[in-house]
Amino acid sequence: MVRMRHVLIILTFLAGATASRALAQATPLSVPYTMDTLANGLRFIVHEDHSVPTVTMNVWYHVGSGDEKRGRTGFAHLFEHLMFMGSENAPYPAFDRLLEGAGASNNGSTTEDRTNYFEWGPSNAAPLMAWLEADRMGFFLSTMDQEKVDLQRDVVKNERRQRVDNQPYGRAWETIGRMLYPRSHPYSWPVIGSMADLSAATLDDTREFFRTYYAPNNAVIVLAGAVTAADIKTLMEQYFGEIPRGPSITRPVPPSFTLARDTLAMLEDRVQLPRVYYAWHTTKAYAPDDAALDIVAYILTGAKNSRLTQRLVYEDQLASDIIAFQDGKLLDGDFIVRATARPGHALPEVHHVIEEEIARLGAEGPTLRELEQAQNSVESTFLNRLERVLAKADLLNGYYYFTGEPDYFARDLARYQAVTAADVQRAVATYLHAPKVILSVVPDGKPELAVQGTEVTP
Amino acid sequence: MTHRFLVTLGLAVLSAPAVGGAQAIDRTKPPVLAPPPSLQLPDIATATLPNGLTLHVVEMREVPLVQFTLAVAGGGREDHAVPGLASFTADMLDEGADTLDAFGIAALAEYYGANLRTTASWDEIRVSLKVPRRNLDPALALMAAVTLRPTFRSTEVTRQRDLRLARILQERDRPETVASLAFNAIVFPERHPYHASLTGDSLSTVGLDSTVVRNFYHQVFCAGRATLIVTGDMDLAEARAATQRHLGAWQECSPAPLRAVEAKHDLPSPVTLTIDQTRVYLIDKPGAAQSVIRIGGPGISRHHEDYIAIEVMNTILGGSFSSRLNSNLRETKGYTYGARSRFSYRPMPGPFTAGASVRTDVTDSSLVEFFREIRAIRDAPVSPTELERAKAYLALGLAGDFETTSQMAGNVAELLTFGLPLTYYNDYVQRVMAVTGEEVQRVARHHLRPDNVAIVVVGDLARIREDVEALALGPSTVRDLFGQPVAAD
Repeated sequence: MVRMRHVLIILTFLAGATASRALAQATPLSVPYTMDTLANGLRFIVHEDHSVPTVTMNVWYHVGSGDEKRGRTGFAHLFEHLMFMGSENAPYPAFDRLLEGAGASNNGSTTEDRTNYFEWGPSNAAPLMAWLEADRMGFFLSTMDQEKVDLQRDVVKNERRQRVDNQPYGRAWETIGRMLYPRSHPYSWPVIGSMADLSAATLDDTREFFRTYYAPNNAVIVLAGAVTAADIKTLMEQYFGEIPRGPSITRPVPPSFTLARDTLAMLEDRVQLPRVYYAWHTTKAYAPDDAALDIVAYILTGAKNSRLTQRLVYEDQLASDIIAFQDGKLLDGDFIVRATARPGHALPEVHHVIEEEIARLGAEGPTLRELEQAQNSVESTFLNRLERVLAKADLLNGYYYFTGEPDYFARDLARYQAVTAADVQRAVATYLHAPKVILSVVPDGKPELAVQGTEVTP
Repeated sequence: MTHRFLVTLGLAVLSAPAVGGAQAIDRTKPPVLAPPPSLQLPDIATATLPNGLTLHVVEMREVPLVQFTLAVAGGGREDHAVPGLASFTADMLDEGADTLDAFGIAALAEYYGANLRTTASWDEIRVSLKVPRRNLDPALALMAAVTLRPTFRSTEVTRQRDLRLARILQERDRPETVASLAFNAIVFPERHPYHASLTGDSLSTVGLDSTVVRNFYHQVFCAGRATLIVTGDMDLAEARAATQRHLGAWQECSPAPLRAVEAKHDLPSPVTLTIDQTRVYLIDKPGAAQSVIRIGGPGISRHHEDYIAIEVMNTILGGSFSSRLNSNLRETKGYTYGARSRFSYRPMPGPFTAGASVRTDVTDSSLVEFFREIRAIRDAPVSPTELERAKAYLALGLAGDFETTSQMAGNVAELLTFGLPLTYYNDYVQRVMAVTGEEVQRVARHHLRPDNVAIVVVGDLARIREDVEALALGPSTVRDLFGQPVAAD
């Protein structure tokens, strides 16, 4: 029950890839909400949408792998799994079974920056969702035992096998994190953690983690759908009001860093085609250049006529796929380009074109039409996300966490509309002309297909 | 003509007055829920243009978006002389049309904020457009161009063919894909349309050229074979006018539908497609971190009278998180990240498949548990609690499937694909809630055949083969990465 890092960053990219000036004027982009805070510090946000008789509850705990320490990597995600193992009044396996019995579904996910839990189903199921979430927020710890930790540890290790170890190119992402970020930076390890650290996690770690992070004052809950704000307020007070406040939390302040020079590495894997990954250190989500970097990514690979896609996949036919995205997170950010060579081609050929096109974008900037195409595409994505209450609820929570304003939709779109050709040029010059990580993943026994240079041990 | 949907999500397990009062709640018991809400689905309005193109419109005004989904009869089941041809033809539609090349089409679509997609399923080719309402007109002109006037230029065809060959090569890297392709190749005999992948194989792909593609296009694309579904910020009159403007000139076809696949290729009748005995097929992935398991055989038609009961049964067996397979293999044993089962519905009966990716050292134990659960749901009645939970999950979950214009279009398209009435969902909840425990056991006995299934395991054979064969589930053979027999086994 997690989105792994590579899935997540693609979602972030899509979220970042949208907008049209005239349309925004015609369509006020707004998701109205009410927000309240209980005495114990729990914030809740309600968005009414009566178009379909469904409701979703979306809980964000402000903790992720970014809060972990070396030696205990993967713990935030392992803990997410434990939250489904029952609480005092809803012992395992009541959580999933009661929801399914009411026609509702649920899931959870962990990223570097937060852990979320969400339910969706018919609107009459809201009290059940509140009861279940309140029980595991307030009445959880006494039910945790070694057996549950061991069992979910096995499930998470299976998840790691399925998503990382048994996937082609599966180890690339964690290798890039290790190469790009300093060892003391929490983004240097993967959300899912290492097998050794998962083995080392103890029952005491679990208790400590819960007491620190799973408190009402470290959570925000969004309820969206065919409900009324007044009813939800009563519900929240009834179910969550008596849960005691936890300690205040200091989030880590990772070291600032710059990459001194290009860092090159190669992995051999059981794959047919060689693939190259580039990673640059950029900037946080919602930082001044974050939107410009999303636009840069679009201009490079967002559509068939984007520069790298058109040249590498269509014209020169050196690559079978290519994607670029800015991955702005809470504490830091990075920009990724990933390309797979076509059969019969080696990565140095692909590498040459990527360097050339990035240099050209930096030197010449985009055309007005390219910029408008990117902005229109971004705007359309914003509209599409307004169709589902599930998406709106998660966005309200995310906007609140990152910007302090749940209904940040219009202002988020405005960030993209404000990007100029000069901004694009400057973003390329500032971030993509700086030293980078280059990782080649090649078929076993074919190191000659890799981008050549002086390697470091990944 | 309009078809009214009114679905009451009735008969919930927990149906009593809503939570009331201010403070006093009893935390020790789950809250008693109000009766489920009724789901008022919007009307489906229908019209036919002079050229024979039928159009169904569902007005959804929440967001200023419109989706046009054009479904043209003639998908993968029509192309199996050249597997993958329907899918390739669909891919080629937006690679060149009128005077536009692939870049020109993409540049316009993206500039309009439109999502223009061309895809093929087993039954049809779909061209779909989702666009902000204000840009509908130019975007629809583009959609009409790729539908009516694709160019299929040789250079574009060759380029896409080579790209597809690269992707087919890469499929062999993913053990899940290897397992699924091998499973289909084994369960469905050669020359059955589902024997090959919907996207073809390298042999069928290498021979694709613009003549082959153009011929298939002309065989399939005409107004009389097409249905248009419009969902979103638009009513019937607006949709009809816009469609007439852009697709009104499309030629009506002489309604000579392609012959039924069964007749054309002298296939075994789908109902008699069976597996003589359970057999094990092992595929080697040296060093694999997990073993990928697929167990199953030929399934049922979407029109089968047991459809609803089978869906309830499968929800209990492996169709939900709380299902028996997932509870056992993931939550109790810790063998896997998830175990599932499903019946796939296609124009001809698709497969029943149960599967999981499991830890290498418990490959044999996992197979034992799969068979334990498949036999158990046949041998003993399901508990009333399980039954009620599964029925509520299916029936009450319906509302969430009609939220977006894409979901609505997909659901209407599915009804049309399978020839089901547009009023289908009106009594869906009642039919689900009427399923009894006896029916669940009956359909389990009839449709789950543990003694007549194919078992495909993709993993590190040096570490698993001996243990798997010691289970004596059936004769065992080693297959290659394509599911084909290995010469020297």
